[in-house]
Amino acid sequence: MSETAKSLAFHGAVVALLVALHFALPAYHHGNLARIMVLAVYAMGFNVLFGYSGLLSLGHAMFFAAGMYGLGLPMQHLGLAAAPALLCGVLAALALGAAVGFLALRTTGVAFMIVTLMFSQAVFLTILYFGEYTRGDEGFVIAQASRAIAGVDLSDSANRYFAALAIFAVGLAVTLRLIHTPFGRVLIAIRENEERTRMLGYDVFAHKLGAVVASAALSGLSGAAYALLFGYAGATFASVQYSIFPLLWVLLGGAGTIIGPFIGTVFMFYLIDISSGLTSAYMLIAGAVLVALTLFARQGLVGELRRRVMPWLP
Amino acid sequence: MVAVTPLLTTRRLSKSFGGLRAVHLVDFTLPEGQIRALIGPNGAGKTTFVGLLCGRLSADDGEIRFLGEDVTRLPAHQRIRRGMAYTFQITSIFARLTLLENVALALRRRLHGKSAQVRAEAMRALEQVGLAGRAAQIAGDLSYGHQRLLEIAMGLAQAPRLLILDEPTQGLADSEIDDFKALIGAVAGQTTILLIEHNMDVVMQTAQFITVMDGGQVLAEGTPEAVKANAAVQAAYLGTA
Ligand SMILES: Nc1ncnc2c1ncn2[C@@H]1O[C@H](COP(=O)(O)OP(=O)(O)OP(=O)(O)O)[C@@H](O)[C@H]1O
Ligand SMILES: [Mg+2]
Repeated sequence: MSETAKSLAFHGAVVALLVALHFALPAYHHGNLARIMVLAVYAMGFNVLFGYSGLLSLGHAMFFAAGMYGLGLPMQHLGLAAAPALLCGVLAALALGAAVGFLALRTTGVAFMIVTLMFSQAVFLTILYFGEYTRGDEGFVIAQASRAIAGVDLSDSANRYFAALAIFAVGLAVTLRLIHTPFGRVLIAIRENEERTRMLGYDVFAHKLGAVVASAALSGLSGAAYALLFGYAGATFASVQYSIFPLLWVLLGGAGTIIGPFIGTVFMFYLIDISSGLTSAYMLIAGAVLVALTLFARQGLVGELRRRVMPWLP
Repeated sequence: MVAVTPLLTTRRLSKSFGGLRAVHLVDFTLPEGQIRALIGPNGAGKTTFVGLLCGRLSADDGEIRFLGEDVTRLPAHQRIRRGMAYTFQITSIFARLTLLENVALALRRRLHGKSAQVRAEAMRALEQVGLAGRAAQIAGDLSYGHQRLLEIAMGLAQAPRLLILDEPTQGLADSEIDDFKALIGAVAGQTTILLIEHNMDVVMQTAQFITVMDGGQVLAEGTPEAVKANAAVQAAYLGTA
């Protein structure tokens, strides 16, 4: 089998497994997995920028929130239907990505991290400022009746699971396709050696901007889907914490791998879920495991897997 | 006969680092098709000069014309797109990618990503430098000499109008240097080459014309024989022994 065929078979098998789990999982884990699949798309978006382009943003929550409010506000206040609202959420994140990227990419390294963090804080504060519409920290519930696309009720747990899976599969397909396009190859080249890439005649700025926009759009898709499927939008999702989460998920799962962001999200979700059942100091346990992983599996779980047994994993 | 515009000219090109005049008022003309050596002692300003040409560094003053167009203010990638290719003095490749992908990156921009053609031409460029058998290896695992050859292959793959090579034979074994000389002989006529080189054997055997720099300025220019005989050059560079 060629490497491409192996990779397609592998990622197809993951999706098939997730279909099978719908029938096998108890309700609690079934609900968790739907949530994880949606959040994994956020991690995949982050990974496009961090894992494949080598750009570390500390403000990705603004894109997640742009998707969330881009969907939620027009549904709540304008009565927009779910399907166009989903598109609206993605476009809001995409536009924010273009604007922030255009400004933030004038910096590199630590400065880029700080500038993205600042923009994200600005978005967070904006959400609080317009509390009349956003209901600030408290957030707002999206009416159950409106959470339907083409007559399919997305508040139903089975429908919700498959909608989450569909969005997850889209994220997987988009990132898998992206890294094999000439554009994606140049992003990897920039990550590996920016100066050499420039001196091969590539417009590094334009490619990075494209990466920020793609990354923001995927993050926004996740945010919009999250609000739609779980029926809630709140300012917490725009906070610093939600900018750090995708970084942890991607680091744990394996930066620069297609399936790593999902594995990292599963791992982190259950790490917190299980340890918080054991002790109130659950963040301590989570922290210790994270430290252990960074010491012993530097390239993340999937990164290690690729290094040791599956070198063909993209 | 129509007067031929040179491929590249500079006028009063200058660049300082702090108080140091690394390149100072350099007038330079390079005709199309020539193999030109640029020599001079360490710190003469050679790397800085070619860095100005391809846009890695921005000029403080002066003008650069390439293919008849003023490119002085163009960003590096646009100069490369107009037909310059640059290999770094300190080897710069994609160390964690395969040789094939390294060369493919050099090609895709020109071939607009047509993958079968990219692959075929990448293999051809690797063959030219004798690395085709290693196409699937990771570039960082190559010996230093092979990495230099890979970078030259990346330069050739771009099919440039002007190929700038900054000390390509540094760190190569004698046999590899012979191969390099043969390679330059083979691509001569297809492209113009500006070659910074310390190895005088290589210079004398490959260059058609030589520019000597010292202290940021052009000290002398001429055929290999003329430069060899030039007393000032001998004093500054070749040693008077
Ligand atoms: N980025 C820089 N900042 C400060 N000084 C620099 C910089 N680059 C070069 N220089 C200085 O400019 C002068 C010319 O350097 P350059 O590298 O162009 O010389 P060179 O002729 O290529 O030398 P070599 O044969 O050693 O490669 C040197 O004195 C060097 O120290
Ligand atoms: Mg030099």
